Amino acid sequence: MAASELHKLTLDNGLRVVLAPDSTAPVVGVSVHYDVGFRSEPEGRTGFAHLFEHLMFQGSESLEKLAHFRYVQSSGGMFNGSTHPDYTDYFEVLPSAALERALFLEADRMRAPKLTEENLTNQIDVVKEEIRLNVLNRPYGGFPWIYLPQVLYQTFPNAHNGYGDFTDLEQATVDDCAAFFDTFYAPANAVLTVAGDFTVDRARELIEKHFGDVTARGAPPSRDFSEPAPQSELRHIHPDPHAPLPAFAVGYRMPDPVGELDSYLGYLVLAGVLAEGDGSRLQQRLLHRDALATDVSAGAGLFGPFEARDPDTFSITVVHAPNVPGDDVLGVVDAELAALAETPPGEEELAKVTARWAASLHGEHDRLMSRTLGLGSLELLYGDAGLIYELPGKISAITPAQVSAAAKSLRPDSRAILVVEPAGNGDDIEQGGAA
Amino acid sequence: MSPHRMAQEIGRTPAGPREVPPLGEQRPAADLGCVDTVLESGLRVLAVRQAAVPMVELRLRIPFAGDDALHTARAEVLANTVLTGTARRDRFEVDTELALIGGELDARVDPERLRISGSSLSSGLSTLLDVLADALTSAAYPEGEVGRERDRLVERIAMARSQPSVIAREALQRHRYGEHPFTREIPQPDDVAGVAAEQVRTLHAAAVLPRGSVLILVGDLDPEGVVADVRRALGDWSSDAAATGLPELPDVVGGDLKLVPRPGAVQSQLRLSAQAVGRTDPRYPALQLANLAFGGYFSSRLVENIREDKGYTYHARSALEFTPHGATLLIDADTASEVTAAALLEMRYELGRLCLVRPSASEVDAVRQYAIGALLTSSANQPGLATQLDALTSVGLGPEWLREHPERLAEVTTEQVGQAAMEFFAPTRFTGVVVGDADRLAPELGALGGVSLR
Repeated sequence: MAASELHKLTLDNGLRVVLAPDSTAPVVGVSVHYDVGFRSEPEGRTGFAHLFEHLMFQGSESLEKLAHFRYVQSSGGMFNGSTHPDYTDYFEVLPSAALERALFLEADRMRAPKLTEENLTNQIDVVKEEIRLNVLNRPYGGFPWIYLPQVLYQTFPNAHNGYGDFTDLEQATVDDCAAFFDTFYAPANAVLTVAGDFTVDRARELIEKHFGDVTARGAPPSRDFSEPAPQSELRHIHPDPHAPLPAFAVGYRMPDPVGELDSYLGYLVLAGVLAEGDGSRLQQRLLHRDALATDVSAGAGLFGPFEARDPDTFSITVVHAPNVPGDDVLGVVDAELAALAETPPGEEELAKVTARWAASLHGEHDRLMSRTLGLGSLELLYGDAGLIYELPGKISAITPAQVSAAAKSLRPDSRAILVVEPAGNGDDIEQGGAA
Repeated sequence: MSPHRMAQEIGRTPAGPREVPPLGEQRPAADLGCVDTVLESGLRVLAVRQAAVPMVELRLRIPFAGDDALHTARAEVLANTVLTGTARRDRFEVDTELALIGGELDARVDPERLRISGSSLSSGLSTLLDVLADALTSAAYPEGEVGRERDRLVERIAMARSQPSVIAREALQRHRYGEHPFTREIPQPDDVAGVAAEQVRTLHAAAVLPRGSVLILVGDLDPEGVVADVRRALGDWSSDAAATGLPELPDVVGGDLKLVPRPGAVQSQLRLSAQAVGRTDPRYPALQLANLAFGGYFSSRLVENIREDKGYTYHARSALEFTPHGATLLIDADTASEVTAAALLEMRYELGRLCLVRPSASEVDAVRQYAIGALLTSSANQPGLATQLDALTSVGLGPEWLREHPERLAEVTTEQVGQAAMEFFAPTRFTGVVVGDADRLAPELGALGGVSLR
């Protein structure tokens, strides 16, 4: 792995900083990861963490509404933010001449965002359009990330819809925003990452200049979202008015991604053995040999691996032909899992998975945006940004026996099954609350 | 939650508002080593060294138009099976060899060209080229693979056609170009079901040709050496015939939008389009900047109006869509049914305003910086650079265009952007479609006018 040198520091107000200089191209990436995601939002306020992410772009003490976007883009840069189960990130990628400006913009909204009624109302409308676009008005919208956790988990943080119900979104108040900001957006609850074309000394100086006087507030106590695994197979049927074909997702619990990383990586490799490439077990069987399914995938984490703390979800999703009973397809999945539990996969089978992971991690490193975000999220979740450079080695050290053990643990009597039934007949009903 | 400050207190500090820092001095991108050559077979090979990571990115583009009514269906089956077995390897051996070099290859077809794209660890480049050459010269199209892929394709087409964005795209293509082959992006399921393996083999022999095609390699490689490797690996891929391009497209003519019913939809798709010009036209840099100011980036007039001010949409966008011999402007937004007509009204208003209240000097400076910066950031990684070079080579340009374009953008005047706005953004130049719940939309769209309701 082409490891950048890493420098870490912590400011007096508690802000953790990761610096990864690399002068290959004259561009820089800047990101801030806050240690709060949709698992931390209050009951009755589903979707609030994501709604709040939108508000962080809407102006501050120093910047009018819209100015944030204009400054980034007129510097030649791009920006975005995204809300995950356990963190929320904000980032810019820009020509390196704009480094100080990007640091200013992130410090500015960490210090004094302008949270107003007008912006809140406007962004509730924008978020509702986002949900209509990505969930309500498209086939398989929210499948499986919104609906599978509702079956697999019992407690509010793990089970609820992170995009939010329209009724909850509409009830959000400016005071909710103030409380959320003061609780979770303290510098001591965040990681700043700078990657790309800069010198470490200059970056330190600029970071101290812009973030140094962001007032210290206590970080919230760390939260524990653990809950017992299901004691049986839990099933739920989800009618989808737009889906042309039936589908299902199977969700399992997996080891703690942080505390039991090596064991977690066994599941990551298992996902590749099962469903990555034509030669993988499930693709070969379901798509090519028996031709029962149209699409199959498997993965650690519903948004990808290294995105969440414990508990995290292992999932297998299949879209299949209407004339094939879903339980027949599930039977094939179970048979393949049983075969792996009985006989560990071969060395070459694992070599395929680990080489593709190595290539994929190189690819992420090559894209400055994903490199910056990867360093930041690993620092936040693992306290170790440098893990990004150790992952290829750790993944290739996974043994056939570990993969077999992971397969054995995916038990039919402790899992959730979400079945998507096509329900389109021209009389679509809007879900999620108000029209 | 614990006690907290009021929102007004959060948005205020003792020091008060601060000045936004100016930009520093920008270092230009390094020149990349590159070889751009045409082999004896007529294949153009462009190899560029960009070695931040030990990977290689590959793009092969083969002009692939056809006027046979069944061409689209056969081409689609071909793209889905060209990598499923050769004289030397079956589907699973192809996957295994690629996986062991951290590699992937994928074939896709559109009405204009067949594209094979992929990547691998740079240490595996010779295997990547060998698998590619094998598919190009001896793809076997085994009966079993063709049969299964054909069946899956029929299901995938049903899946695609249930997506509102696909419904809107097909309606727009028909509305703009009638029956021109350019509109045949997705085949009919019955046509696909009737494709035989032998027909796909015949199409491969007649149309998968090097003459007129372009191979792009970007990554941790030696450009001179890699061209020699390509010459060796693809030595058997040859033909006197040339790959087939699309016939000229008619210009898009302004007119009424067409309302396309999608009963029960909660959200509508607005798609507007007008004729534009491509990268080889001297007006292109000014048009590019005018488009950015209109709706080509977040800080544009359209997005600030219908998203940030009115909340009508999650995303609104205006983009240049490059066509075989030029380009069109394409404006799109998805909006809730109850604000669809209002969003269309605002789109037309912003089009008219761009012509009459032309982009100011500061608007032009902002989009200029954005365009120059975006070029820098998007070509700073291997897949991004390969994709850019793919687009450029399709109109006969090359890496020199990427190097020179910042200078062209720097020279565009505010006056030229204003002229481009007048020339290309007049509301009457546009046509398009609205897809949505027709019963709900028709009264308001009828009142607004300029929309054909049936």
